[in-house]
Amino acid sequence: MADYSVIKASSYVLAHTPDMVIHNGTTQTTEMVVNPDSDYLKELPGHLRSYEDCLSYIPNQAYIGNVTNDELRAVEFPYYDKKASEPLRDGKYGEIMPEDEFYGLMQICDVFDLVLLEKEFAASVKAKLSAWGMLKEEQLSVLDKNQWDEEALSKLVNEEHAEGLYLNFKLVGCVKRAHDVDVNLSAHTMLENIVSKTSSVQAILNLIRKTGTDPESIDYVIDCCEEACGDMNQRGGGNFAKAAAEVAGLVNATGSDTRGFCAGPAHAILNAASLVKAGTFKSVLVTAGGCTAKLGMNGKDHVRKGLPILEDCIAGFTVLITENDGVNPIIRNDIVGRHCVGTGSAPQNVIGSLVTDPLDRAGLKVTDVDKFAPELQNPDITKPAGAGDVPEANFKMIGALAVKRGDIERTELPAFIKEHGLVGWAPTQGHIPSGVPFMGPMRDMILEGRMSRGMVIGKGSLFLGRMTNLFDGVSFVVEANPGKTEEASGTAAPAVSEEQIKALIAQSMRDFAESLLK
Amino acid sequence: MDLENQRRVLEFSEQYGAENVVVLLGAAEGEAAGLAAETVTLGDPTWAGPLAGVSLGLSVFHICEPEVKAEIDPDVYDEQISMMEMVLDVDDICNEMNAIRDQL
Repeated sequence: MADYSVIKASSYVLAHTPDMVIHNGTTQTTEMVVNPDSDYLKELPGHLRSYEDCLSYIPNQAYIGNVTNDELRAVEFPYYDKKASEPLRDGKYGEIMPEDEFYGLMQICDVFDLVLLEKEFAASVKAKLSAWGMLKEEQLSVLDKNQWDEEALSKLVNEEHAEGLYLNFKLVGCVKRAHDVDVNLSAHTMLENIVSKTSSVQAILNLIRKTGTDPESIDYVIDCCEEACGDMNQRGGGNFAKAAAEVAGLVNATGSDTRGFCAGPAHAILNAASLVKAGTFKSVLVTAGGCTAKLGMNGKDHVRKGLPILEDCIAGFTVLITENDGVNPIIRNDIVGRHCVGTGSAPQNVIGSLVTDPLDRAGLKVTDVDKFAPELQNPDITKPAGAGDVPEANFKMIGALAVKRGDIERTELPAFIKEHGLVGWAPTQGHIPSGVPFMGPMRDMILEGRMSRGMVIGKGSLFLGRMTNLFDGVSFVVEANPGKTEEASGTAAPAVSEEQIKALIAQSMRDFAESLLK
Repeated sequence: MDLENQRRVLEFSEQYGAENVVVLLGAAEGEAAGLAAETVTLGDPTWAGPLAGVSLGLSVFHICEPEVKAEIDPDVYDEQISMMEMVLDVDDICNEMNAIRDQL
């Protein structure tokens, strides 16, 4: 059997897009239809954050790797009224890109001339993206073709069903429709898909630059966002993975899309780990861009309670999974939890199937897992919206199940939650917070010897698609690398010698012969 | 409350009569439970869904409220709910639910 695959690297990126909150977030676009004169829409612009405020938001700095979970835990809740001591654009795992550069990157990621930018705006963005240093000259030159002024762009938005791109409430570009009848190629859908692709590309480019990964070394890409690309004859035909790989220069890669609502990333990681372990590919990149629809999703509650709009960023991530190098943490794709069709929806059954069942099969207790990584939503966003502290609720459920099984005493529950849990920091972009934001920090903590075993848990609300009433989830264990096995390295000492195996076989044959004589 | 769920609650109350419908909530937070309870009694407070301005006055309980727990087989309750009962702030949920029902 081949060796386990390893978590080689990961990246986490944000793009601050406050104008997209207004024009592309479904809470706001729905409000514009059902209640266009609402107080919420009037008050909303006053609650949008500046780029500087977005950088100084501590959970954002945690997402890109500049603030550890212990450091975030030490910050007094809530977070929105606190400032990071170092509001940096760049982090250990990625970056926070401003809206104007993101629009420029969108045009570079669009290969069908659907994204148009105002001429002077495009020129200013080109200079910034050139300084960004992650794009080739031929990619940057795409921005030179813009000859549009605001009047021409307005005409496209007002008369040709294009979706406007705004900066500080001013029209600076648009996304045209790709078909005059097909809703799957409408400007709305194209904008959503181009944004998803762009943030995926942003994450891949950050991974390449920050980890020194050779883009030509990647064999396969799996995209696990929650969008679908296709046309009226194949609505979810795909594929985001190869589209993003092309822009990012992964010339030796092909790929495909995996979906599972918020559980998508956990499914994708499992697929990637299995492809590598099977020897099908040596290097598989799991990637996902973010989602415009969820911008400002809880905005009404945030505005009502006097908070800034905290859901003002498109998010993306990548995780690179490769064959065993004897160093990086291994993905134990033999310790896997599954919420099956017959599992049921009671929380006990769900947590049992995802957490305790796979641990039982591996002879492990709940307390043998140093850290659990379920949904890691930032409670600063969810608590004011009445959804509570989602990560904490998950850790309480895992702890409560451990109490019911006798793994811990009930009095130990608060300590268990703190010791084996995390405080949430991830943006509420659906698939983004589902376990994977911890894969980067977990890799570091394992390599630094601060933990040896973690469990990533992805859960998804399949019923939202109206195809089933079921819920879904998968989980897997990550462990410190014990070193390569003989088969993988050809040098490490074998666990059982050839002589021992011969002796075992000889003993078995003797036992068998004796049993025949009885 | 989800707009689709509001529509289904409205349809059920029209189909069976409001007096014959009981809404059982499983929300994890007192505030969320209170909002859902308000939606099916007084109407959608967010004015976004089919129950905006529609006061159905339905009977509404949370699964962790003692009145509901008393109606359920203890073994089934233990198997299905007891873990969440340990996790949730049941007192807060009960207070929110009572506050909404007191307005009827």
